[in-house]
Parts: sequence; structure tokens; C-alpha cells
Amino acid sequence: MYVAVKGGETAISNAHRLMADRRRGDRNVPALSVEQIVNQLSLGVDRVMAEGSLYDPELAAMAVRQARGDLIEAIFLLRAYRTTLPRFSNALPIDTNRMHIERRVSATFKDIPGGQLLGPTFDYTHRLIDPSMAGDEAVADPVKRERPTDESCPRVTDLLDGQGLIEADVPSNDDPGDLTREAIAYPVGRDIRLQALTRGDEGFLLALGYSTQRGYGRTHPFVGEIRIGMVDVEVDVPELGFAVCIGAIRVTECQMVSQFKGSTDTPPRFTRGYGLVFGQSERKAMAMSLVDRALRSDEFNEQRLAPAQDEEFVLEHCDNVQATGFVEHLKLPHYVDFQAELELLRTLRREAEIASADTPMSEAAE
Amino acid sequence: MAGTTLLDGGFTAPVFQSQAVFRLVMNAMAKPGRIVDLGHAVQPPSPLEPAAAAFLATHADYDTPVWFEDSGADAAASWLTFHTGAAVTKDPATATFAALSKDSPVSGWQNFAMGCLSYPDQSATLLLPVESLRDGTPLTIRGPGIETVSVIAPRGLPDGFTETMASNAAGYPLGFDLLLISGSELLALPRTTRLVEA
Amino acid sequence: MKKPSLPAYNFAYLDEQTKRMIRRAILKAIAIPGYQVPFASREMPMPYGWGTGGVQVTASILGPDDVLKVIDQGADDTTNAVSIRDFFAKVADVATTTRTTDATIIQTRHRIPETPLTQGQIIVYQVPIPEPLRFLEPRETETRVMHALEEYGLVHVKLYEDIAQHGHIATTYAYPVKVEGRYVMDPSPIPKFDNPKMHRSPALQLFGAGREKRIYALPPFTNVISLDFEDHPFKVQRFESRCALCDAQDVYMDEVITDDRGGRMFVCSDTDHCETRRSEGYQGAGLPQHGAAKADWEAAQ
Repeated sequence: MYVAVKGGETAISNAHRLMADRRRGDRNVPALSVEQIVNQLSLGVDRVMAEGSLYDPELAAMAVRQARGDLIEAIFLLRAYRTTLPRFSNALPIDTNRMHIERRVSATFKDIPGGQLLGPTFDYTHRLIDPSMAGDEAVADPVKRERPTDESCPRVTDLLDGQGLIEADVPSNDDPGDLTREAIAYPVGRDIRLQALTRGDEGFLLALGYSTQRGYGRTHPFVGEIRIGMVDVEVDVPELGFAVCIGAIRVTECQMVSQFKGSTDTPPRFTRGYGLVFGQSERKAMAMSLVDRALRSDEFNEQRLAPAQDEEFVLEHCDNVQATGFVEHLKLPHYVDFQAELELLRTLRREAEIASADTPMSEAAE
Repeated sequence: MAGTTLLDGGFTAPVFQSQAVFRLVMNAMAKPGRIVDLGHAVQPPSPLEPAAAAFLATHADYDTPVWFEDSGADAAASWLTFHTGAAVTKDPATATFAALSKDSPVSGWQNFAMGCLSYPDQSATLLLPVESLRDGTPLTIRGPGIETVSVIAPRGLPDGFTETMASNAAGYPLGFDLLLISGSELLALPRTTRLVEA
Repeated sequence: MKKPSLPAYNFAYLDEQTKRMIRRAILKAIAIPGYQVPFASREMPMPYGWGTGGVQVTASILGPDDVLKVIDQGADDTTNAVSIRDFFAKVADVATTTRTTDATIIQTRHRIPETPLTQGQIIVYQVPIPEPLRFLEPRETETRVMHALEEYGLVHVKLYEDIAQHGHIATTYAYPVKVEGRYVMDPSPIPKFDNPKMHRSPALQLFGAGREKRIYALPPFTNVISLDFEDHPFKVQRFESRCALCDAQDVYMDEVITDDRGGRMFVCSDTDHCETRRSEGYQGAGLPQHGAAKADWEAAQ
């Protein structure tokens, strides 16, 4: 006698218990601390903050640990928490010109005011697995420079702008949109696009940015400048009549100098692609700036032919929390719909059998 | 005592009171013509009637500009802004919600947002106070939410009401949605509801 | 290092501002039946595609006096249904039930209960792709215009292409409907077997698509007509077998594979309906209805 399958509740609770066991692993090995993750897996933490769009290294590290190192799962945890947070105020736009720079490189000029600063980078490391990393060998203290008090590190794009060689940065006093608070309607403004991209999946943007380099929406990009460092976050306090600093965040900014444009009215000048992400993530900031520029094709009367130029395509598919949810939902039961398909398929096959039985031999032989 | 000061008269348990009000309003919208009583969880300054105030306290916030028709509604408008954060607008076209006055001239209703064919939801909800929802001239209505026909009998409708409602229904899917208010009671006439000859 | 601030959540999880935004969208959805109202869907603590739209709608309407039923594939005990029911029991302390008749709110994925819904009940559908035209035209900018101008010819063309190719309309679930003669609407991936239950249902029907950020609705007694053609009228699936457990017929069935020799049997997809019938004394054979096992059993008789 067949008995209907039951026991979802027990199965779920047992599965979660097993997952917790696997997450902790061998109990003889010390558990990871949040501090260890914040300090030693900081680029993973940065990615979780960037795509989770919440700047909180400790919470992001907790999410990484809870997610067993699955960064998309950690991003999801952070997002689900973020959405419940009240909004107190909008910060003023951060000023990357006043960044405490940790790294700054330009590919367009050999030397620039303020100089090039390699900073903490994987660049020029030889990718050899380092046997000393197997243990916990002592690590030398970094070499520190004196910070010049009058150091000025103007943005390379501002230098170009000063000569009229690149499209101007147009300041705006409009409140930027927020795709987490408003339903979006296409076409969207660049504010919403940049928000979507900075939250977007690093791998997806990397592939799209790469595709523009290979001719799918080519933009002739040069890295005007990448800078990484701490910037102050300020909010206006109406009662005080001035802005106060509420803290500092680390960001990576990429200004991509791209294909020049001109018209009968304006002489040709370079155009911009912009990338800004929480934490240290050059790859993401660069990919973002490539895709931002590609998505501006309408502004420059460029034909939209490539995936990276297609706003609806890029924005609807760049969010990895949405993407992973919908791809993975295919493992949920679909047997009601599958049964509907099965019934139809059986009907069609039955009819096909009857039809072929009716077919005269001579035709069937052909 | 009716709340006459700015700070008084809001929900005392906003989470549950606003949920209860919303469910009654949703039922009213889903069953046009059905009278629901929103109670007296809020005590607004006049001329806002209790049901209008309960509706606005539940549904308005800083994303929803509210328009007041009554020139003497400053206290009510301040009360609403204090309790919900909703901005009071002078321009009826930008209003999400409109608190009409009794005998509101229907000719002005065409100034409210009716939505566009791409976004018919970007349209206003009008709150019209009337003398009574029960003992006026019977009107027969039909449309989604009504099994066959239903009868409403509001008293104190403005002149030209039936014609305005007919043209609103004819503009479907564009149009406004109307809530008739009397005291703490409310009935809904969404744009799908048609007044028919009895 | 500072201790991270730990989360505290509101009744029914969503903050009040979010509920207000969703409630406004629901009222507009009811006022424009079948039209998809855009809303600023929130990230929920379950994945997109797993019912976030339905959960946001339910969380926005739910009150302490409600009795909630959650089904997935018609069953109360499928894992995702269990998970969502537990979520609401936890964050809203709401009473839950598996009985269709006892529920004030039913959240569902892929089915409408067999027991007819009644006035005052609310059914909340989880919707993956709310746009019925999406598989004909992937661009939102285009489909929005099609709805605005009532340009629905493409849907009919697609359905008719099926007829030309297979002799049948090949859409078996998420079968498009026309609402009050105006909007073509996706009924969510319910089997077309359930489509007629939507037509003039006394219950309020709400649809939530979280990832796609749309809410739509059918007020009670709304005309909901499945698209079809004069020469190919809309027809629902009909199962030849009866339920092996409760002997029901003319219900939607799950097919259960009992062995590797073609043994198959059919049981009610709606577990509450099946259990209710069995408690009333109905009983099926409980044995394979197809394949070698069936022959074995018949031989043994």
C-alpha cells in the first residue's frame, strides 16, 4: 500500500543541522573568528560588502563564515539584512579627490602630480604558491612613507578636463534614484545604472567588460586612473547647518578614458566610463567602468549592437542574488507543471502512433 | 476628545492598527460598494473625517503627496505630515491621495493624475466626504468585485457625480479611484465600477 | 573590535514603510485587474524565485487574526511550503492550517486548491515571470507598450503555431488569460487545469513576483478567460486514473513511479483534498495503476 511522502519539517531541520556540522568541520580545529576573516580574507569581505551594498566589515565577515565561504550566499545574507535597516539620512557625495590614497596608478601618463603609488597589489607578484604560506611565518612590517602635508593628488581626468580634452563631469544636485526603494522603469538614468553596476556580480561585469575589449561594443579604453583609499562620509545636519563626518570607508575608483567623440558644435574629446565600489576591488571597478561606458552608447550616437550596450539586458541580469535565486529555484518541485507536460507529450505521441499506423506502406517506406 | 493638536490623535499601535485599516480598505476595494467601518483609531483635526484620516495614516508617507481641497485644512494637513511624513501638495496633478471637500466640484477632478497607458497605476485615489453612505438615492453598480449588481445609497454627492463616474469608467484603464467617506465609514468605487440604470 | 549589532525584525518581517508601499500597490492592482503594478520589491530572507513576491504580499496583508495555509505543488508538506509557513509562524506568530476551508489566506505555488474558495478568502500566488508576453518578447520596454496598446496578436500567433506544429496548443501551464476583456495576464505556473477556478472566483486573488517586482490582482467575481480559438477551444487536462489513495477523479494528479518496470500510479496533487476525502471514508486501491506491477497484482487476484 502506497503512503504519501511526508516529513518535510523533519527533513529540513535535519538538513540544517547537518549543514551546521559541515560548516564547523573538525571540532579539533579552532573555529575561525570574525577578526581573522576581516583581517586575513579582507578582499572576500570587500566583495561581500560591495555586492551586498552594505559597508560593515564585521557583519560581512560573519556572513562569509555563516556561508562557509560561499560569497554569493554571504552577499545574499547581507542584502537580506540591509533591506530591514531604517534610513536615517542620505550622505553627501563622497569626494575621492580628498581620498587618503593607498594605491593610485594611471596608465595614461608616466608621471602625474602626486605620483603613482603601487600600494597593496597582486600586480607583479609571481603567481607561485608560496610554501611559507603553509604555516604562520612572521611577516615583515610594511615600508611607510611620510605623508606630505601639502600632498595634492588631482584626478587624472580632472587634469584632462582642465585642458578640455575629456567630457566635463557635470555636477548635479538631483537626489540620485535608489533601485532598492523604487520600481525601476526603462530607460533609466545613469545614477540607477551605476547603482546597479556597483551592486552587480563581479564575474558578470568582468565578462561583459571583457567582451567590449574583444569588439562587442568596443570603447578604446585607457585607465586614466585607479585610486584606492579611505574617504570620509559626511551627512548634513540641518540643526547644525553644516555637514559632519560620520566615518570613513575604503573605496576603489576607476576612471576609464574612452573613445573620443565630437560633433559639428564641439571639438572631439575623450569620453568617460566610471567605476566605484566599496573596498579594494580593482577588477570590479575596472569592469564596471567599461560597462558604464558601453551603456552610454545612446548618449554618443553609437549603434547599440553588443550585449554590454544593452541596458535592459545588463541591468536585469547583473544581480547575482536575483540570478542565483532564479537559477537555483529550478531544483524546487515542479512536478505539477511537469505532469502537465507529460500528459501532453503522451497525447502527442499517441496521436503520432495512430497517424503512422494509418500511413500507407508505400509512403512509410520512403 | 478629538485630537486637535498636532501631536495627538495618531495610531497608538501603528503596526496592528494600520494592518487592520488596510485589510478593511482592501476588502472595500475588492468589493466595491461594501461599507466598512475603519473605527476611531485616529482622531484627526477637522475637516478630516475619521475614515479619511485612518486611510491616510495607513497609506500615506513621504512618497505620497496629499492634496487638500478644503482651504481650512491647514491643521489637518500639518497633523498628517507630522504623523506620516507625507508632503502636502498644492498641485492636484502631483497628488497620490486627495482629501476632497464635501460638495467637491467634480469639474476639478480631471486635474488629478489618471495614469498613462503604460502606467495606469500612477493615478490618484480620491477621498470624498459625503453626508451619509446609507440613506441617499439608491445607485446600482456593477463591475469586478460585484457578483451581479450591488446598490449603494450615499447622500450628499456633488452635482454631476454620475456623469463624472461614467466618464472615469469609460477611460479605463486610466482613471482615479474613489473612496466615499462618512464619519468612520468608507466605501470604494474603483475605476472598474460602473454606475448603471437601476 | 566592536560586536556587530544583531538584527531585530518587525511583525511579519517587513518594515512598515515597505508594507505601506506594497499595500498601495495592492490597492492599485485591485483597481486595475490583471495589470502588473511595479513595486520596489525588497530582498527577503529566502531566495528570489522561491516565493519572495508571494511572501511580501502575504506579509503586507497578514494580521494577528489570520489563519494561514501555504502550499507548493498543491501540498502543504513540500519543503518550500513548510519553510514559508514556518517563516510566518516565526515572524508573525500567526495561526497556520493545512485545511483549505479553515484558511483566511492561502499562499500558493503552482496550484489552486480543489476545494472551491469562498468569499472572504484571499489566495496569494507566487509568480516567477509575471509577464505573459515575456517569452515572445524579452524586453520590458516592448511588452509594456504591447499591454498599453492591447497588442496581443503575438500571443495568439504563438498558440496557433503550436496547433499548426503539434495539432494542440502546447502550453500546459502558465496558460495566458484575459482579464475583464482588457489585460492578458499570466496566471502563474498553475496547470491550465486550474485556470477555470480563477474565473469569477468569490475569493480575492493576489499575485506577487518578487524578483520581477510586480504585483497584480483579481478582485472577486472577475472575468478571467483562457485564450483560445473557435476551432480549438480551451480544454483542461483530464486524468483517466482515479487517485490511488482517495479514489477521487476529476482532480489534478501527481504521477508516482513505483518501480523500474513502468509501475506508475496517480495520487491527488492537493494533499488537503485527499486527506479530507480519506477521513470521510473514501479509499483508493493504493496500488500501481500502470506497468508490470499492475499486471502482477491483477494476476495475483
